[in-house]
Amino acid sequence: MGGSIETLVNREYQYGFVTDIEAETIPRGLDEKTVRLISAKKNEPQWLLDWRLKAYNRWTTMLEPHWSNVSYAPIDYQNVIYFSAPKPKKQLGSLDEVDPKLREMYGKLGISLDEQKRMNNVAVDVVMDSVSVGTSFKAELSKLGIIFCSMGEAVREHPELVRKYLGSVVPHSDNFFAALNSAVFSDGSFVYVPKGVRCPMELSTYFRINAEGTGQFERTLIIADEGAYVSYLEGCTAPKRDTNQLHAAVVELVALKDATIKYSTVQNWFAGDENGEGGIFNFVTKRGKCAGENSKISWTQVETGSAITWKYPSVILLGDNSVGEFYSVAVVNNHQQADTGTKMTHIGRNTRSTIVSKGISAGEGNNSYRGQVKVMPKAAFARNYTQCDSMLIGNRCGAHTFPYIEVQNQSATVEHEASTSKIGEDQIFYLTQRGISKENAVSMIVAGFCKDVFKELPMEFALEAQQLLGITLEGSVG
Amino acid sequence: MLEIKDLYAKAGDRDILRGISLSVAAGEVHAIMGPNGSGKSTLVQVLAGNPAYEVTGGSASFNGKDLLSLPPEERAQAGVFLAFQYPVEIPGVSNAYFLRSAFNSIRQARGEDEVDPLDFLDYMEKKLELVDMDIEMLSRSVNMGFSGGEKKRNEILQMAVLEPKLALLDETDSGLDIDALRIVANGVNTLKRPDNATIVVTHYQRLLNYIVPDYVHVLAHGRMVKSGDKSLALELEAKGYDWLVEPQGALA
Repeated sequence: MGGSIETLVNREYQYGFVTDIEAETIPRGLDEKTVRLISAKKNEPQWLLDWRLKAYNRWTTMLEPHWSNVSYAPIDYQNVIYFSAPKPKKQLGSLDEVDPKLREMYGKLGISLDEQKRMNNVAVDVVMDSVSVGTSFKAELSKLGIIFCSMGEAVREHPELVRKYLGSVVPHSDNFFAALNSAVFSDGSFVYVPKGVRCPMELSTYFRINAEGTGQFERTLIIADEGAYVSYLEGCTAPKRDTNQLHAAVVELVALKDATIKYSTVQNWFAGDENGEGGIFNFVTKRGKCAGENSKISWTQVETGSAITWKYPSVILLGDNSVGEFYSVAVVNNHQQADTGTKMTHIGRNTRSTIVSKGISAGEGNNSYRGQVKVMPKAAFARNYTQCDSMLIGNRCGAHTFPYIEVQNQSATVEHEASTSKIGEDQIFYLTQRGISKENAVSMIVAGFCKDVFKELPMEFALEAQQLLGITLEGSVG
Repeated sequence: MLEIKDLYAKAGDRDILRGISLSVAAGEVHAIMGPNGSGKSTLVQVLAGNPAYEVTGGSASFNGKDLLSLPPEERAQAGVFLAFQYPVEIPGVSNAYFLRSAFNSIRQARGEDEVDPLDFLDYMEKKLELVDMDIEMLSRSVNMGFSGGEKKRNEILQMAVLEPKLALLDETDSGLDIDALRIVANGVNTLKRPDNATIVVTHYQRLLNYIVPDYVHVLAHGRMVKSGDKSLALELEAKGYDWLVEPQGALA
């Protein structure tokens, strides 16, 4: 089945265009001055600068982690541009004032803001190269007391909330990449949903990396106050580049008593070409804290892009009866490497977690699931269910599973199921013999494999994800 | 309809078909019989385009088209259907979605409009009756957890839905109890029309009590060693294959 099963997919990355927009960029390299410069450019208060500096100083003492199952050439952190913002022509009052070139680019990406607002009932806060350029639906949301804005704006308008929660889930010293992010984060999204409010629409941010060589250091903070509900969508595309682009984002979620946060990601950053050249290095720290009783945090991710993915969306189950979920599809093709999974830390009583991970490997891609389930001494009757499935396409790719289970309470129940399967010539032949094209056959088999995860995604996102999977794997079967 | 001339094929390094010729006209039922390893399954797999086999010589034309030059999906779109001996499981893909995708792919290839899910369901109801299957089978994943008999009935259901011009039944009787065999055979007989043809591959005469062939061919060592009418099947039942098959020594 060797040679013949991996001749197919290799469509050029279709979002690999560059938009010609004036970007305000600072010189390459990172020292204390860089941190001060970023903070000054953003007119930040002293406490935030102090926090950044603390993180920077900590970072300089830390070593880049190498325990993950990925390999890449050493990153020269002094050769990275740490800040780039599109120059606004003037202060933006509404979306109509957004740079027409930007709007055109959104058009190419199929995310016309107007259309999305009208038809999809989705509020979009677009982050482009680190600074938010437009926020929609704000008025409607603010009637309910919901805050949905850029992190920069949140620092100015809601400093008490930012100060209280920033770093409360992912401390500035958490890990190498989180410390780096804390020192130099440029912008990101901020959401606060007040007590008892159910956010009436999906909140969505499209991230995009634009200026060449610019690292993206997004910082997102979402807080659901007692009894609140919010569903947040994150989707990414990036232009094609030769040089590797470093990305180290941090996402923090806080769910108070009876609150629910659903966070969905479709990640399609440039993965590098068929020879493994270029592509995004994606080192992300995502963590949620179920701070209150009966709270719930659910991560759903579809990871199809990036040359390297290092990402473990996790949940700290602090409140009694709280629930953590992680649904993941990770696809690697060509020379992509992904080391992704989750950490469920059970601290409160009767806490429950569910992990469903689907890894698909094609070409010479390497996919690792790394998950930790930890039941602390006081987490009586904690329950975890983990299902971890790998699918191989061809015989030059790899699938690896690294589950870590640590149980310190005897009343806990932890289940782990794992499987590895190979997409077979026999399955493809069966479907093509019924008149279905080879591409559609592969898409169908893969979508079937990922069904348990896709059904957790909001409808349009699920369709997009399914298409993306098809595109990613196109040509992987010949 | 189908004209096979001096067909050679191999799997890996192993020659399996060594010069098969066969002519099938519309309205006919042909049975291909033979001992294990004679190449009878390979013949229909090759006609359907299974990439596990390599054609090394000869030709096969189907309604004037060079069948062997087409990828499997285009053969299916042209009206060739293979009922698998071992139907394949596709986890997470519902039988209904699979059937409709296949149905619409073939319609599209013929320049016809796609059928929407509701109309398709109506269409399916009659087809399900034919093979005595419950509508609940449509919401299950393709062949997942199906019993042997259910899998075979599902094959005939697909055949009923896609209405092929040439149906190739690859040991459809294997592993079936007598009731399932009757249902399957009844499905095949009901679908028989003057403008389509069927090739039945079977090891045993039993199936041919239900699906009555116009011609019976015996394969051994990749060659057609005898052809006749349905009485040949009965003769084989009585005498076995040995009298037709020469020992092959090194070539076996």
